Amino acid sequence: MTDRIIELRDIRKSYGQVYALGGVDLHVDQGEVVGLVGDNGAGKSTLIKILAGAVRPTSGEILVRGRPVHGWDAAQSRAAGIETVFQDRALAVQQSITWNIFMGREITGPFGFLRAGKQREEASRLMREIGFTSKVFGPDSIVGQLSGGERQGVAIARAIYNRSDLIILDEPTTALSLTETAKVFHFVEQARAAGRSILFIGHNIHHVYDISDRFVVLDRGRVASQITKAELGSADALVRFMEELAHPSPKTEKAGKA
Amino acid sequence: MSLNPTDDPVSQAPQKLDANAVRRVAEGRHADQSPLRRFLRANRPALGALAVAVLMLLIFLIGDPTVFTSWNVYRAVLIGLPVVIFVVVPLVFVVTVGEIDLSFPATIGMTGWVFALIVQAGFDPFLGLLGAMVTGVGLGFCVGWLVVYANLSSLIATLGMNFMLRGLIQIRTEGKSIALPNLPDSLAYRIFADQYLGIPVSVFWIVIFVAVCSLIYNRHRFGLRVHVVGDNPDAAQQMGINVRRVRLLTFAFVGFGASLAGVFAVFINYTWWPTSGESYLLPGLASVFVGGTAPWGGIGTVIGSAIGAFTVSFIQTGVVGVGLSGFYVQFFYGLIIILSLLGHRWNQIRYR
Ligand SMILES: Nc1ncnc2c1ncn2[C@@H]1O[C@H](COP(=O)(O)OP(=O)(O)OP(=O)(O)O)[C@@H](O)[C@H]1O
Ligand SMILES: [Mg+2]
Repeated sequence: MTDRIIELRDIRKSYGQVYALGGVDLHVDQGEVVGLVGDNGAGKSTLIKILAGAVRPTSGEILVRGRPVHGWDAAQSRAAGIETVFQDRALAVQQSITWNIFMGREITGPFGFLRAGKQREEASRLMREIGFTSKVFGPDSIVGQLSGGERQGVAIARAIYNRSDLIILDEPTTALSLTETAKVFHFVEQARAAGRSILFIGHNIHHVYDISDRFVVLDRGRVASQITKAELGSADALVRFMEELAHPSPKTEKAGKA
Repeated sequence: MSLNPTDDPVSQAPQKLDANAVRRVAEGRHADQSPLRRFLRANRPALGALAVAVLMLLIFLIGDPTVFTSWNVYRAVLIGLPVVIFVVVPLVFVVTVGEIDLSFPATIGMTGWVFALIVQAGFDPFLGLLGAMVTGVGLGFCVGWLVVYANLSSLIATLGMNFMLRGLIQIRTEGKSIALPNLPDSLAYRIFADQYLGIPVSVFWIVIFVAVCSLIYNRHRFGLRVHVVGDNPDAAQQMGINVRRVRLLTFAFVGFGASLAGVFAVFINYTWWPTSGESYLLPGLASVFVGGTAPWGGIGTVIGSAIGAFTVSFIQTGVVGVGLSGFYVQFFYGLIIILSLLGHRWNQIRYR
């Protein structure tokens, strides 16, 4: 059996009366790319925030490498090798690129003082790695001065710094140009080649289909389907399945009841 | 992901291209990388505060050259200044983290009281200082707990604490002060409050305090987290920072600074008054913002706040020294505050 990085069992999350998630099982194995798809408001972001430790589930179990964890939070999640690019990017826009990359995981020397030189160096290296070739921005540039796509780059740089085992990308390509989108896909390919896992959320089904090995379809807080690429056969099959979920035709509705 | 909107660097250069600019761009050395420019940009608010202070000094100097070239005026300000700076600097941390603390005047009073009681009882002033510090940090944690864990608005909760603690002092002392006539004979007095060559030793301690705090603010993990939490608490939490802990610690830090202020205030006159600290509320707050810390959180400057405290402290002495009546003091407070804020408005860009 392959290594299971993380597993969620019967995860529920309610906001007051609203059930964002109503009992979800999900797992990610070493080296696989999982595509998480579903309508707006299906609960995708809520689910990955629970994975990332940023949101606590109302109930349910979380297992990391087979072991149940307690009091799961963002610090634990990062320590377990899980990095997340959140839908809202989670950047402190008045701070420098360097500080954004290292927040919560500062490189420190004696007495907790920052190793500022080392951090700047690492930040420049990461920026070059993800194609931040512009001379206009340096590691000291303020994130608020960057464009949406550039800010996204900072969030991705932060996620790849740790050589983490699992990288969660919540709609990483929205607001990106075609070339930038291609770079994100290239990055996913590289990560997969290096044996790391990716959990990818996207609304462009064709994109998600191309890069993922396995798909999890979320519908109104529940897993409607878990299916591998081989079982699915083509992107159109996935599109049809999702259209069916959104607007069930009378025929299938009857079939479902029977 | 390229973060390069266009691959042609020249098109990004400013419209007005001079030969130097072209060369800089061609060498790939943007203004961002020049150390001097970087220093100026990183310290703009503090430099702005310095400009205000220098301008104010110049005006007073022109107003009355004889008074303001004598050292006595400056010494008068320097004696009281450390007390203010001990609270103003921690306030920068609290404001940067996105909160406010109005309880520090009462904490100054409380901690000074603890110090005075211990010394009056015949113990060494060092023990008194320790007692004051413990009290200050403890009170800071209490105030912080109300804000961070009981989720009260810091503006109102700390204001309430200020009244309550001051009220406790008044109930217990019934307005009576404590005189410590033997204090100047102690070793602690010589180390913390004496004057050498016309300079109060407390100035030396405050320079160290400001330097260390500035390092913590700009170069320490805690300082980084204070900035990030004030800037975007959700992002900080999502990146695994314990947001509540950081907030709580900033309040404890104010309590610590207030305890130093409380003790140093007693050292100045060998007497503790039940009103001790009360008069620092508004000048203390004003100093933070005159110094160039943004009221919305996320950015600020420790050194600027110390300069701001100097400016605000100097106004009173200066106005009287120039020969105006004391009635002008409040007007000049207001004028300097408004002018500084206008200046910083142009300095501080608020990114969202
Ligand atoms: N903090 C919150 N408070 C209340 N309700 C919330 C909160 N966060 C999410 N929800 C609700 O939970 C549901 C799922 O939201 P979620 O953000 O997970 O959807 P999503 O699948 O990521 O959608 P999208 O594709 O639009 O990003 C929505 O109905 C939303 O209104
Ligand atoms: Mg979402």
